[in-house]
Amino acid sequence: MNGVHDMGGQHGMGLVQYEKNEPVFHARWEGRVYAMTRSMRAFRRWSIDTDRHWLEILPPVDYLRMTYYERWAMRLEAQVVKYGFATQEEVESGKAAPGSVKATPALTLATSSRWVNRGIASSHEPGVPPLFAVGESVRARNIHPIGHTRLPRYARGKTGIVARDHGVYVFPDTNAHFQGEKRQHVYSVRFSARELWGQSASPLDSVHIDMWDDYLERV
Amino acid sequence: MADSEGSSVDRRGFLKGLAASAATPAALHAQDHDHQDVPSDLTLRVKALESLLVEKGLVDPAALDALVDTMENKVGPRNGARVVARAWVDPAYKKRLLENAPAAIAELGYTSGQGEHMVVVENGPKVHNLIVCTLCSCYPWPVLGLPPVWYKSAPYRSRAVIDPRGILREFGTEVAEDVEVCVWDSTAELRYIVLPERPPGTENMTEEELAALVTRDAMVGVARVAPPSGAVA
Repeated sequence: MNGVHDMGGQHGMGLVQYEKNEPVFHARWEGRVYAMTRSMRAFRRWSIDTDRHWLEILPPVDYLRMTYYERWAMRLEAQVVKYGFATQEEVESGKAAPGSVKATPALTLATSSRWVNRGIASSHEPGVPPLFAVGESVRARNIHPIGHTRLPRYARGKTGIVARDHGVYVFPDTNAHFQGEKRQHVYSVRFSARELWGQSASPLDSVHIDMWDDYLERV
Repeated sequence: MADSEGSSVDRRGFLKGLAASAATPAALHAQDHDHQDVPSDLTLRVKALESLLVEKGLVDPAALDALVDTMENKVGPRNGARVVARAWVDPAYKKRLLENAPAAIAELGYTSGQGEHMVVVENGPKVHNLIVCTLCSCYPWPVLGLPPVWYKSAPYRSRAVIDPRGILREFGTEVAEDVEVCVWDSTAELRYIVLPERPPGTENMTEEELAALVTRDAMVGVARVAPPSGAVA
């Protein structure tokens, strides 16, 4: 979706605010939100792609105004309701309704650690051939999916060169919406800064963007 | 409870559901607050959510403690600094690191989520690399820990790709015009880390002393590794 999260190239966002000796979490609740979010993935009701899309559909004004873990907190509250772990009333009260469903067995440290240490689903699969070769010129498709996508707007319609083939990965555009993994190759595609931003950009500079087969077409 | 994903949900319905959920009290409520001003009631809300999920057996407080402890105390840029220092002193290790970063990084004992597909990009006299995730907050957790706020912020994400030299200047890093600035936008599951240049004046330093010089910012690419104080640059 053409959301506010797709920030590459936007103007007006101001200077980088740098904090010296920044703590990992700025308040206890941030750490709890981080840990609960990771822990709830153990149930495998949704993927990391779905997780990312939940943040993208936050109303733009909220997305920009909220802190990072505030977005995560809103997402987690919404997810536990959406995927049937709790009702809205339970989330608001913080108490389980009498007779409501509970996890059996309860999640333990061992279970969630096992999950947390698991890799991201992807691999080198000889059965999935690459559609493009290293060194080949490719164009990022000019597409505007309304759902989740990892094809940033600033690259669409631009021509680059396949720099590396990273092997086979789950396709986020379908996986985020429970429409299958549609595994395919991912490449680092090198775009010159001038191709992306015009003649005022440095003639030497470049941006590498990771692209799935479905984002690319032959030039 | 595992593997009960709603594969029959069509996308329109799913999106509608997502949008409806995201617009319910949770998100609307947050409109009352200014950016970066931590709402006082979030502490209470998150506490209530944790107590509910614990009551339902969905999370284990000990597991949450462990996850937080890992990120606060065990994972962080010191891991990455050791990888960089090893690469500086051991050419064979550096070669393995550039060819297969996850395996080379695992040699030093660093493995965990968000880093299975790390790629190391090397700075040199003719190229300066810079890492960003314009779409969210992708970052090489096993070697750098969780990203700082600025890395996840709108100013950095918006400008790193269109004005990388401006970003670098803000960090006090000037890159000569005849040096390529090469930005890596982490749009997939690859996680990038910069192998900075070894600073002059460090020829006689041990691996451990070198590691102490390497900063998080240098491994993201917004800074160089500064020579040790007293060294002639």
